[in-house]
Amino acid sequence: MAMRLSDDEKAMRDGARGPAVAKAMDLLIRYGEALGAEDFVYTDNIAGVPGSSPKWVKDYYAADGGDYRAVFSRFDLDSDEVVDVPRINGFACHLQGGMDPELWREQGMTEEAFANFQADEREVSGHGIQVLKTCTPYLAGNVPVMGEHCAWMESSAVVFCNSVIGGRTNCEGRESTSAAMLAKRVPNWGFHTDGFRKGQHLIQVETPVDSIFEWGLLGYYTGSAVEDAIPVLDGSITDPALIKHKHFGAAAASSGGVEMYHMAGITPEAPSVEAAFGGAARGQRFTYGANERRVTYERLNSIGESSDVDYVMLGCPHYSADQLAEAARLLEGRKVHENSDLWIFTSRAVKATAEASGSADIIRRAGAKLMTDTCSAISQAVPPGTKVAAFDSAKQTHYLPAIMGIEGWFGTTQECIDAACTGRWQGRLT
Amino acid sequence: MAITDVRAPDVLIRGRKVVGGLTEGEALVTHQTISGWGGVNPMKGEIIETHHELRGQSFAGKILVFPGAKGSSGWSAMFHTTRLTGQAPIGLLYNITTTKAALGAVVMRVPTMTDFDSDPLDNIETGDWVRIDADDGTVSVWKGGRP
Repeated sequence: MAMRLSDDEKAMRDGARGPAVAKAMDLLIRYGEALGAEDFVYTDNIAGVPGSSPKWVKDYYAADGGDYRAVFSRFDLDSDEVVDVPRINGFACHLQGGMDPELWREQGMTEEAFANFQADEREVSGHGIQVLKTCTPYLAGNVPVMGEHCAWMESSAVVFCNSVIGGRTNCEGRESTSAAMLAKRVPNWGFHTDGFRKGQHLIQVETPVDSIFEWGLLGYYTGSAVEDAIPVLDGSITDPALIKHKHFGAAAASSGGVEMYHMAGITPEAPSVEAAFGGAARGQRFTYGANERRVTYERLNSIGESSDVDYVMLGCPHYSADQLAEAARLLEGRKVHENSDLWIFTSRAVKATAEASGSADIIRRAGAKLMTDTCSAISQAVPPGTKVAAFDSAKQTHYLPAIMGIEGWFGTTQECIDAACTGRWQGRLT
Repeated sequence: MAITDVRAPDVLIRGRKVVGGLTEGEALVTHQTISGWGGVNPMKGEIIETHHELRGQSFAGKILVFPGAKGSSGWSAMFHTTRLTGQAPIGLLYNITTTKAALGAVVMRVPTMTDFDSDPLDNIETGDWVRIDADDGTVSVWKGGRP
């Protein structure tokens, strides 16, 4: 079925704003038709990874010049021709990248890879794109408002935008966000429409969920239970905070494909269970009790065998200022063990706050490394010889061991920092 | 690829075109959703997700039959990368439309269908021979392999 286009959209498709915008519209139309969308929605809040690529991808497009322009055209816009990419005229942001701009050697990156990283970043900023370099744009200068149409990548940011803020975004991909930066359009499908945002299954929470650790466990359970559907959670969930939503959503988005959730009385589109469903509760009814909690914990810890921890990674999704302050409090007066490394990841914006507030210094004095832009999973960077890692993030526990072929443990932030300072994993479910 | 009819298909399924085109080949079927980024190795075209039933298996050159996409927004870019490395599937059949799967199919540029009148997961097993005619809206299945 052909999409209904406005005159402006037809003009963009036909080249009135130049070849790059035309290629962007062509891709967005193919994408919209693949979704079965009827038309487009305007957006001026776009977050992706425009044009950034490892060296081998540039080499792949060597015949087209092997540069940013070639990658943006061929890969980001899926274009058969190479086009000039104009300066972006709108609010476009670059999410996480491939390495820390200062500690890249420690991450095992080569001079060549760093030069490639710098060249990409010059292109990104040169094209008027905001260099946020984080998976948590909402902590670094891009906070949507309720009802705002966005085009965001990064599953943990998408679920935060929809659920916690009431902003409207699908889980966009690299190609659709790069195209949307040029055309300021995305298919009017999914989370942009009212009906799509209603709950589909009920999760009744019958064991206390209060701390960030408990919120993360519940999130991982939720994704496993509802897969990609929209859950409505009700029951004993207390003490909401930004960092708890951040952990919950990231976990639910990785164990399932959750892109929006409702928590009755907590999230903005769920003043009640009934409001969240848009009527009576429907779908399946799940119960999260002590048994489900234990099974979820054991599932996350099923890939850990040795308790000799080489590496502790914190900051997935990127740590907030209060999480860095908490890490500093737990590390103060202690040292990271000689057999272990502790890397903590955040955004450049939040790192600047941690520098001003003193937590960055305390973290470094303990022998830990405070890194920005990326994470171990994104950059596939762990300390040399890592065999066993520990995380306070269900999402990172889900991904990193699979990507790197290592063992992994999941626990509280305190347990992770204790492991970093003793070299031993002693986490347990209490 | 030559497409020849030796005998009538055992199963005929109708559905909606996601990406047009005609292709045929061996099916790789999973009843579990697939993660792109962090769930596949694009250099090998292989599923790597820890608990996945297809872990260690390659979809390169196969028709991938799966319920839908899950996980990271890097889904499309990861499958797009398999097109660059020559490890992409040659066709997709999925039940649940998500932005991840739809965009991934578009940029892989392989014939893809969804919204079926009969569930491919009930009718197609790994190793069956499948032909996708996306523009015509039909999926033909020969049980047990190439007819």
